[in-house]
Amino acid sequence: MNYIFYFLIVISIIAGAMNGKLSDVVNSILTGAELSVKIAFSLIGIMAFWLGMMKIAEKCGLISLIAKIIKPVTKKLFNEIPEDSPAIGDIAMSFSANAFGLTNAATPIGIKAMEELQKQNKDKTTASNAMCMFLAMNTAGFQIIPATVIAVLVGIGYKNPTEIIAPTLVVTSIAFVSAITLAKLFQRFWRDK
Amino acid sequence: MHTLSLWALPSILLLILTMGLFKKIPLYETFTDGAKEGFKVAVNIIPYLVAIIVAISMFRASGIIEMIGNALNPVLMHFNVPADTIPIMVVRSLSGSAALGIFSDIANNLGPDDYATKLSAVMVGSSETTFYVLAVYFGAIGISKLRYALLVGLIADFIGIVSAIWVCNWMF
Repeated sequence: MNYIFYFLIVISIIAGAMNGKLSDVVNSILTGAELSVKIAFSLIGIMAFWLGMMKIAEKCGLISLIAKIIKPVTKKLFNEIPEDSPAIGDIAMSFSANAFGLTNAATPIGIKAMEELQKQNKDKTTASNAMCMFLAMNTAGFQIIPATVIAVLVGIGYKNPTEIIAPTLVVTSIAFVSAITLAKLFQRFWRDK
Repeated sequence: MHTLSLWALPSILLLILTMGLFKKIPLYETFTDGAKEGFKVAVNIIPYLVAIIVAISMFRASGIIEMIGNALNPVLMHFNVPADTIPIMVVRSLSGSAALGIFSDIANNLGPDDYATKLSAVMVGSSETTFYVLAVYFGAIGISKLRYALLVGLIADFIGIVSAIWVCNWMF
């Protein structure tokens, strides 16, 4: 991450100078910083709502019930996490919310899953294998219906916007399976410096 | 399909609340107790978001994405990839709103029947913004050493792009 942060900024400055866009690059610092805070603050309300709901779900045993149902799958993916951990139920809920395109719910629930995983993490500043697996599932962006894209297509008068669903589903599934496989491989072969 | 996504969220709420009531959980107190965390989590994310989003904003403003696109164009021509869609591939892992913006431009300019519209629709619809997801999720719990998480996300994104090109060539 150190190198990526460094290179993103250095390359931007060099390329900006080459393209005569250096002032745009400088201005983008302010807009980027403002945007970050805007995103974080816009999350507060919906975050509070879902964290509240998830607390009820956890207290009434719904989370551990879900964890129990999907145990055969999660045992293989998250072998370092105890089977009855609430993290497993949270991960399942967050994943389903993502799959149905409910990003507003998926992010707060996913963060709660990360907090549960953090409880089992030995080094609190370093990502655990389970976290990397969960985020691999997440960054692959598995989605059953790409709602925003369909909305744009409907907007331009696309006659049959649902024909986009099948290819998208194939692609997102391939990416999803590769992400899980990669995370498993890295888990085995990655050596921390 | 539409009804399914419309009812997904309400059914989750109904399930949680009904089961809570059935198990005699004090719903209101438990909800507000959990919701207290919302502010803290959102504020925790800010430093991580600023680092990533500022760096990516600078990257986008520098014009480097167009440069990469021009460099990739001759190679991708062989795979029947329209030049208009290349910026989406470069920007997809960095910024979701940028990818969606470019897609809307393509859709509006080229219209519904163009191959570029379909290819970019599939590429945008099948992805999640890797950098943003990692910044938010790891930021919320204060993790700064990501180990292989970013690498996995980026390789999977690359595989997603390749398979989008392949699937669209085959289906459209």
